[in-house]
Amino acid sequence: MLGSGILKGLAVTAKNFVGSYHDPKRMVTVEYPEQKTNIPENYRSFPFLVSENAEDPMGSLRCVACQICEKECPPQCIIIEKSKDKKPDAAGKMQLYPAVFNIDTSVCMSCQICVEVCPFDSIKMDQVFEVAATERFNELLLTRERLAKPNSYYHQIHPTEAAEVDGRLTAERQAAAEKAKAAAAAKAAAAAAKPVVASTQPAPAPVAAAQKSPPPAA
Amino acid sequence: MIGQGSAPAPFSSLPGPTVRAVHDQFHGDLLEVSMGPQHPSTHGVFRMVATLDGEQIVKLKPVFGYLHRNHEKIAENTTYLGSMPYTDRLDYLCSMSTNWAYALAVEKLSGQAVPERAQYLRIIMAELTRIVNHACLVGFLFNDLGTSFTPLLYAFREREKIIDLFESLSGSRMMCNYQRFGGCRVDPTPEWLKAASTLVDGFPRFLDEYETMLTGNEIMLARTQGIGRLDPQHAINAGITGPVLRASGVDYDIRKVDAYGFYPRFNFRVPLGSHGDTYDRYMMRILEMRESVKILQQAFKELPEGPIMDPKAKIRGFRPKAGEAYGRLEGPKGELGFYLISDGSPNPYRYRVRPPSLINLTLLEEMCLGHTIADSVVILGSIDIVLGEVDR
Amino acid sequence: MSAASGSEHFLEHAPLDLRDWLVQFLTHWLHLTGLLQWMLHNLISIVMILAVFGLFFAFTTIAERKLLGRLQNRLGPNRTGLPKFSRLFGGWHFKHKLFGLSQPFADAIKALTKEDIVPAEADKLLHFLAPVIVVAFSLMTFAVLPFGRHFIPVEMDAALLYFFAAGSATELAIFMAGWSSRNKYSLLSAMRALAQLISYELPLILSVVPVVLVTSTLSTQNIVLAQGSWTFGVLPHWFVFTPWGCAGFLIFLVSALAESNRSPFDLPEAESELVAGHLTEYSGFKYALFFMAEYFGLTALSALGVTIFLGGWQAPCEFLQIIPSYLWFMGKLILMIVFFIWVRGTLLRLRIDQLTRLSWKFLVPLALINLVNGGFWALTTEWSGPLQIARWAISIVVIVVPFLLMGRKLSTGFAPRTYRYAP
Repeated sequence: MLGSGILKGLAVTAKNFVGSYHDPKRMVTVEYPEQKTNIPENYRSFPFLVSENAEDPMGSLRCVACQICEKECPPQCIIIEKSKDKKPDAAGKMQLYPAVFNIDTSVCMSCQICVEVCPFDSIKMDQVFEVAATERFNELLLTRERLAKPNSYYHQIHPTEAAEVDGRLTAERQAAAEKAKAAAAAKAAAAAAKPVVASTQPAPAPVAAAQKSPPPAA
Repeated sequence: MIGQGSAPAPFSSLPGPTVRAVHDQFHGDLLEVSMGPQHPSTHGVFRMVATLDGEQIVKLKPVFGYLHRNHEKIAENTTYLGSMPYTDRLDYLCSMSTNWAYALAVEKLSGQAVPERAQYLRIIMAELTRIVNHACLVGFLFNDLGTSFTPLLYAFREREKIIDLFESLSGSRMMCNYQRFGGCRVDPTPEWLKAASTLVDGFPRFLDEYETMLTGNEIMLARTQGIGRLDPQHAINAGITGPVLRASGVDYDIRKVDAYGFYPRFNFRVPLGSHGDTYDRYMMRILEMRESVKILQQAFKELPEGPIMDPKAKIRGFRPKAGEAYGRLEGPKGELGFYLISDGSPNPYRYRVRPPSLINLTLLEEMCLGHTIADSVVILGSIDIVLGEVDR
Repeated sequence: MSAASGSEHFLEHAPLDLRDWLVQFLTHWLHLTGLLQWMLHNLISIVMILAVFGLFFAFTTIAERKLLGRLQNRLGPNRTGLPKFSRLFGGWHFKHKLFGLSQPFADAIKALTKEDIVPAEADKLLHFLAPVIVVAFSLMTFAVLPFGRHFIPVEMDAALLYFFAAGSATELAIFMAGWSSRNKYSLLSAMRALAQLISYELPLILSVVPVVLVTSTLSTQNIVLAQGSWTFGVLPHWFVFTPWGCAGFLIFLVSALAESNRSPFDLPEAESELVAGHLTEYSGFKYALFFMAEYFGLTALSALGVTIFLGGWQAPCEFLQIIPSYLWFMGKLILMIVFFIWVRGTLLRLRIDQLTRLSWKFLVPLALINLVNGGFWALTTEWSGPLQIARWAISIVVIVVPFLLMGRKLSTGFAPRTYRYAP
């Protein structure tokens, strides 16, 4: 009969209309900003720098300014300048730190490659998306101060990932500490065994070593 | 062809919708209409310059390039890994498939192996992307036909669920950046797999409701059957691939013909049309969505445990040996291929994308001749173009 | 309260009493003479119609958007509220801002404050007159519609003729709009819109003629009165429940959709997105006037459909006559408008040649056959008993068989297909 397809179509739309009043699957509007959707843990918006503690965000950055993320970033939106001096990191080792670390979020495409290539787990993806700005250059160019967020914040937004990173880092530091202890013990043992063959060794080697490493920042 | 006697008036190069009169020796006064780059029904910044004799189209020239972003040249200055996020943005509706096509090409170039679980995951993501793309297409086709958004919003309601799955897996709804050379980037959790499996099991019910609403609709039949016929021989000669080709009756699906990944392990059929008109192209997509559901159900059942990345794969410092490779797959729009020439350096020497939307678009004029402008909009909708891919 | 003649419910003529009281009061206060009194009397009616149907138009626009929204699994506009209202009651904030009910007023303010652009080469007088004429004639059709038992603004013997005459005059304004723009393609689009309107005038009028045959009157009030009986007090004798009336009503529905340029017949409006349509040169308030005229036309046609086929202001059951007649009329009108919105949300657009083919090759023959059907019904009013069943059967067969046959002919070559799979 001519019109039966049309009538079936009208029936489907009526079903959706009636369903929109009682069936949540048929009323999918989320009235933003009063209601918000849940953001999944893996959601990525823009990068941020992880600092170990919240009291000294600039001083406890995990970033050591290796510039790997700057090189790998496809649209080249990261700008890093290394510092001239070194600071001890969480394991006590002296590392460089970024004097300048800027991310141009108007260029960043949230691809997460910087996070993947960072060997120090120091740059991670944030989840902020309500970042409307009124000015392009000053407000969209995120500097080190705005990028640095504490590890507690990282745990808040990416709980499983942060737990895994923390576990790995503590394991690495423990392994490094063990290795340092073993190396120190071996060195002590070697030093204790050394004086027997010390006369054949050239004496100035430690002196030359001492002269070879003047502090870089003159 | 028109206007071969007297010097034909060149088509207006002004962007923006314009209407002007041109004169032709054979047809007399014609009207040239430029449906300019900004237009609600041209699926992106695409321009169609149609020359009309009364109501009928006698010449149609597609003009594109408004979204050219130098993707291929940028790739020559970026590492292989760095180009991966850019491939998301080529065909922005199907980023998982485009990523896989690129990963296929690079893995062919460097001889990289991919673990089993990653192969299954890639198929799952590709078929989910196929559903996403076809739902999008079917919705927009009905929008072009004039239904005031209702079928579009129904299709998008389902698409949103799949895209939310992509977001919880890869971090982004559309720009997933998920495949890597040697596997996948993120391992889905068992909860994700369960949610995806439930969604896929419930999808045929949505398709049934959609078909009840629209496939038997008399107005829809009158508007799409017989419109935009494509002769199979023409289609083969022009290099058309994908559902457009299969709607004309040519049995060519790369998943069967030149199988990649673990597709030979899966049991699915390839639907074929017989008339090659817009209705067949629309039904191809619906039937392919049903077949994708079958593939997905099989994949979720058989998904093995294991690593998702080859342990020998390198993320940084990736330098394939000098050589060339062409990796292609059956994308939702057609054959999507990447041709790479490497000279041993971290950046490719030449990087070329074979965009299915562009190649399918070359026969637009032929399909539209003799129809009206309203029909040409519908035919364009049924070819399924995405300007990101056409212009790169 | 019984509905026996002579005693009517107080609410039925309460507005009339109010008007009479007002006229009396103002006559006394301003010392008006006979002519001025008559003018005042009618002026109050006109102002009431404008107010009620103006508000109805506003209600239709917002109802359309919200109903379409619900149809599409989303909320419609719900953010515009009445300004300052949420500060009442000590700052109690209305959560949904009154469900967006002041959206039409916001739209009206927007339309009013837009710049009025008139093309330099346009015919200024015609360009100005076109929206005025289209709204004026759309409003004039309201004069003969019976909104209630005593609520008909102008009681005319040839009411139907007047209605269709005034309604057709709006089509002239469409052409004026296209012509005055001095734009060749606007003119072509206006001609195409006019072709659609003229094609559907014929089924529209033809579908109404059987009613005239059966009731032997052109007066809308008499047509409603002719539907005022009930079988067993619960089954109304509206014309839509007769075979010829049902067919006529369906043809009338389709033609009314086409006459008001609504989906699925809105190609002239949609094509103005593609190329220059007949309304491109209108901006701001003039465009809003065309839009308003379209909705007034729709409301007038729906009201006519309610009057002629759905029993006008008659209640569906005898005991429900307690509820005043104008409320029944409004209720049925709202139902028809909701049906039109429902159709708009579901169906696709027809192409112009398919549109005209549907009208000339399908609706006009069916309407002519329905005419014969109506005539047969009018001639056989005395048949009763088993002959009554025969009367109904013949009437049904006379209209259903041609419908099926012509429907099949119209849709040859278009059918759902089955598909093969690659081996």
